[in-house]
Order: sequence, then structure tokens, then C-alpha cells
Amino acid sequence: MSGMTQQGLISLRGMDRAHLEGLLDRAQSYVGSPVSSDLSGATVTTAFFEPSTRTRLSFERAAHLLGAHVMDLSPDLSSTVKGESFRDTILTLTAIGTDLFVIRHWLADAAQLAAKWSGRPVINAGVGRTEHPTQTLIDALTLRQEFGHLDGLRMAIVGDIRNSRVARGHLEALPTLGMELTLVGPTPFLPSDNPWGVRVSTELDDELGDVDVVYLLRIQTERGASAEIPGDGGFARRYGINMERLSMLKPAAVVMHPGPINRGVEIDDAAADGDRSLILEQVANGVPVRMAVITEALGGSG
Amino acid sequence: MIVIRNARVLRANGIEQSTVVIEGDTITSVGTEPVTNGAKVIDADGSWLGPGLVDLHVHLRDPGQTWKEDVGSGARAASAGGFTAMVAMPNTSPPVDGGLSATAAVEQARAVDTMEIVVAGTLTKERAGKEMADFDAMYEAGVRIFSDDGDAVPEAGLLRRVMAYLSDLPGALVAEHAEDRSIAGDGHMHEGMISSRLGIVGLPGIAEDLIVARDIAIAAETGASLHIQHVSTARSVDLIRDARAAGLSVTAEVTPHHLALDESSVESLDPNLKMYPPLRGADDKAALRSALREGVIDAVATDHAPHTAVEKAVPFEEAPRGVIGLETAAAVVASHALGDDQRTFFERMSIAPARIAGLGRQGHEIVPGSPANLVLFDPDRRWVPGSFASKSENSPFAGMEMTGRVLTTIYEGRISYEGARL
Repeated sequence: MSGMTQQGLISLRGMDRAHLEGLLDRAQSYVGSPVSSDLSGATVTTAFFEPSTRTRLSFERAAHLLGAHVMDLSPDLSSTVKGESFRDTILTLTAIGTDLFVIRHWLADAAQLAAKWSGRPVINAGVGRTEHPTQTLIDALTLRQEFGHLDGLRMAIVGDIRNSRVARGHLEALPTLGMELTLVGPTPFLPSDNPWGVRVSTELDDELGDVDVVYLLRIQTERGASAEIPGDGGFARRYGINMERLSMLKPAAVVMHPGPINRGVEIDDAAADGDRSLILEQVANGVPVRMAVITEALGGSG
Repeated sequence: MIVIRNARVLRANGIEQSTVVIEGDTITSVGTEPVTNGAKVIDADGSWLGPGLVDLHVHLRDPGQTWKEDVGSGARAASAGGFTAMVAMPNTSPPVDGGLSATAAVEQARAVDTMEIVVAGTLTKERAGKEMADFDAMYEAGVRIFSDDGDAVPEAGLLRRVMAYLSDLPGALVAEHAEDRSIAGDGHMHEGMISSRLGIVGLPGIAEDLIVARDIAIAAETGASLHIQHVSTARSVDLIRDARAAGLSVTAEVTPHHLALDESSVESLDPNLKMYPPLRGADDKAALRSALREGVIDAVATDHAPHTAVEKAVPFEEAPRGVIGLETAAAVVASHALGDDQRTFFERMSIAPARIAGLGRQGHEIVPGSPANLVLFDPDRRWVPGSFASKSENSPFAGMEMTGRVLTTIYEGRISYEGARL
């Protein structure tokens, strides 16, 4: 269930470097001059079963800029609250008529099942805690713009990794692009096992001097993460990025965060708004990356 | 009269190619060529003949969920799998937790004349884990095996009172589903490599190990007989080995799926690979296989848990737990755990479970005078499970080539299953 082609983009696992770089190149081509009519007449359905602002809006904007129609399923207003199963919802939307699904869901296999049940390509906009592939591509593009290359860049992913779909997407694709990842957090926030074979650390301050990128994650209280640690204050002291920790970084190192950020917990104001922060650049790259992914999923030439 | 020729027969002192004669419900001769006028003659062509298989752990869903299975369809599935006896878990709706429900279940079981169905009762009222069930009434109705299967008894204090009470009732057995819900609470698969990669909440092995350790300690103190259901971890195996070395009355079962599969299979998120305890790590699987060969795990039990295709056609995390197992158990055990060791196969699939359940007419070697509860099993036959006698098809082995197939099942001298012969 990995890769792109007929299934859209469900997982980055196993996608080769040339394919990943091709997507980044295509996204880069949309930066600055985005309007295209490649997909006029196509219908893209966004089905977000979990709250989302930036991801849903940037998918919608990307589809509009490509000339596609967008159908938005807002579950809080739809029949899912009346007890309709996920499968019936997908079958109904397919029957109404759609060329592509963009799906966010709390269930790990929601994207692959939607593809199976609908027979349509599906873009994973964050399912379960598995992956958030477009966020990974956004971050890769942002880093390529900043450093000019990805090969050999070292990234520390810090915080609630166990609950993070963003971290899992990064773990599947960024090493393929030549990056070295280290997972950093308190033991309860680290995955129980390390199938990726990456470096793991519980001491952020030991890592800061060696990395090019500090990638921060929010504590996912909605997934029960707050019960895993005594409180935010202790986490902020051990792992929060502040002026003192910024000073431990290499001169060219940057700070990233997929948002939404919790100021005062994993990042303070000075770090979030400072020179090293690429947070708004990440958000800006959301639209071109999603244009590239939608175009490829629908077989467009770009 | 039934005559079975050219069978590899499980005798007391070994295995020999022989002819077995059945008259009425009894084996009347072994190794003597009878006059076969009017007899049914089966040429076994070198297949294994041994005592009918005994399953310590099935869910018949009757009463309460008979769209998944009922006593009749469950019995047909069991006969097709070579079983002549099985223990029905009490988590029906309503559960078997007192005199009335036990009497009704026993009567329903006795109405089946193609196999022996043994009724188990719960350990706690309504299987709710709060107060002990009405053991005396169930015991009087004939119940000897007690289990809250699906859950462990949550509180050590309650379990200690339960075990103390049941230790006074001769033959009573406490069977535990070992899983600490305070640890395993919302998990969906083994906590390990695959749950880490997919970000799915895991059920760690320690949730089982802790309950096994707790239960053994309480059994040692109270003198109750303890049976650990569907053992899934290497650490549990070690705890059970130590308990037996210390002379405690502790027995254990393992499922065919835990012997054949491990967490790596679950990466597909096929709901037919979702069950509790979950498929564990490769090391756990290896430990279970060697424990079964060694005899630290006494018996194979299927944990046959039917759910319909519609119920399983949902996302993995929302899928009901459990898989069917009756019709594939013999093949899976022969091809994934015990190989061509006919003696150990029948020890773990029939003789030991019959002893644990206290079934006098099951698990006998093939000698004149033994009850004619038998199975003929071809260890070399290749086949692919596809359609099932069970009402449900939630098998992790559907479509997978198996080696070893049940040819004929005989219950009390009558053929209860006869498969298609090539």
C-alpha cells in the first residue's frame, strides 16, 4: 500500500529517492507562479474526520489553483454524527462523484481502506499516528530551499514522537533523501521499538550541538500524551527550545515545527519568532507541495 | 462395524501400521484382520489414526450471537477439524454464570450427538469481575472449568477468594485469560516493531506476564488448579515452567495462530489477524513452539472466535477481536509446530486436553476397549482453506496453503465427518 500511482499518496514507505525528488521539483515549480488549469473539471473531495485548519485549507487552495472543484465533507455537519460507518461514508461520496480523496482520520488504515472501497486515488492527509506524507514533503522542500541540499543534514525530532504521524512520515522518507534522524524525548514519548534503526536519545542538550535541524512536536493531549509525563513544566525544562538552547546550536542550524505550536511548552516566543525559525516557510510550502501531490495523483503532467 | 486399514496407529508403546475395528462405540480389535461383510471399510493409506482431538477453548456464540455461530454450526466445524470434544467458553449472552444458565447450556450441549461439548462457567457474576459466580449451582450442573475468558479477574483479592473457594471443589479448574487491562487497555496489536512503525497503540507482553505471575502465586497459596489460556509470551512460558518445576498444578494452552504467525503478519492491518492476546514477536513464537514440544505448554486450543465478514470489514482498530480456528488447527499444528511427530501431536491435541478437562471418554490410545472417538489425519495432504463449516470465515489462514488434513472423524463409533477423498 505504499507509493503513489493509482492509489494516490498513502505512504512514503519504500518510495525511492528519484520519485521523492521529482515531487519536490514539481512542488518547487509551483512556488511563486502557482496558477494552473491542469485539472479543470476534476473533483477533489476533502474528508477530514479530525479537526484541521492548515492542512485542509492548503489542500483546498491547492486544488482551486489547479482548476479542480472541491467537495468538503465536514464530519461535524454530516451523517457521520448520525452513526454512518466510515465505509458507508466513502461509498456515498464515491457515488456522488469524485476523482480524488484527501483524507484525515484517527484510524491508521483509513486511507488504504478508502482507496480499496472507492477505487479512487487517495491522498493521506494524516491518518492515525502512521504518517502525514505531505507534511514530510513540505519539510523536505523547506530544508532544500534553506540549505540547497538534503544530503547529510542531521535532524533531531523532539517531543511526543510516539503519537506523531509527522515523525513517522519523516522516518520513512527523510533518510531516503540522505538525512540522518535522531529521536529525542522522554522515554514515555519514544516508540517502544526502533524499526527504523535511527539514533534515539533522551537528552536533548547532548544532541543540540550536532544537528542542523531541531524539529519540534506538540504534546498530543488528545491522544492521551499528557498522562505519560508529570506535566508540561518539566517537559519544557528538559526539552523546550528557548534562547539558551538556541545558543547551543550550530550557527546555521534551524528550528522547525509542523504546527500548531504550544508556546511556552516545546518552544518559547523567542525561538518561534526568531531568525532560526522556518515555521512560516513550512506553512507557505503547504500549497505548492499539495499541488504537486494532487497533480501526480490525478496523472497530470504538471 | 467400521474397519480402518493401513493406518499409522497411535498405540501405547509406539506407532504401527495396522487395522483397527470399531463395533458400536468401542474399538474391538487392533491388528487383526476381521471378516468385513457389511462393514464400512476405510483405507487410510498410511494416514495417522489417533484419539479424536479435544479443544479446551471455543466460542460458540450461542445463546446471544447466533448469526456468528451456534452450537450446531460450531459442532460441524469442530468435526471437520477432527475434534470429538470441545469446551465452550461461558462468555455468551447471557453468560453461563449460575445454575439456570449452566443447566440450559448443558442440556443444549447434550442435544448434540456428533461430539462432546463441555460447558464452562464464569469466575464472576455476569463476567463483570466484581463478585464471584454461583460456583455450587454450576458445579452441580456439571461445570468443572471456570473462566472469565476475554478478561482476567481484575482484582487480586477477588481472584484469591475465588481460588480459595474452588480449591475445595474436586476437579474444579480456574482458567484465566491473562491480560492486565490497566496496561493493555486500549491496545490493538502487540507492542513491538510493527506497532511502533504504524503508530498503533500496543498491548505489551508484560500485561500477560504480570497476570500469569500473579495467578501462579495465588494458586500456590490456595492450592487451586490453574490453567493459563492462550499463552503468548516467552516470559509467560518461563513462569509456567518454573511453577511446574515447583510442583504446582498449573497447565497451559497455546493457539495454532500464535504458533504459526507473529507480529510481522499484522502489518497488513487485515482484521482477520486481530485477536487478543495479539500475535507477538518472533522470539515469543519460537518460545511457544519449543514449549509445546517440550510439554511446558500442555495443549493446543483454538480460541475459535467467529465474527462475520461484515463485522470484520471495518478498520483494524474498530474490528472485533478473534479468529476462527477449529477447521485449520490440526494442519497448522502439524506444519508449523510439531512436524511429523505423531505421538506429540496427539499428546497436545487430544490426550493432554482430555486430561485437563477431565474427559473420561477422550484422549485414549488406540487399544481394544478404548472408546471409538477417533480422527484420521493425513499429514502430507496439501490443501488451501477456503470455505468453512463455521458460520464465519474470519480465519488468518484462509487462502494459505496447508500441509496436513483431517480425512475422517469418528465420534462414539459413528462417522461425524468424512472429507472429500482424492
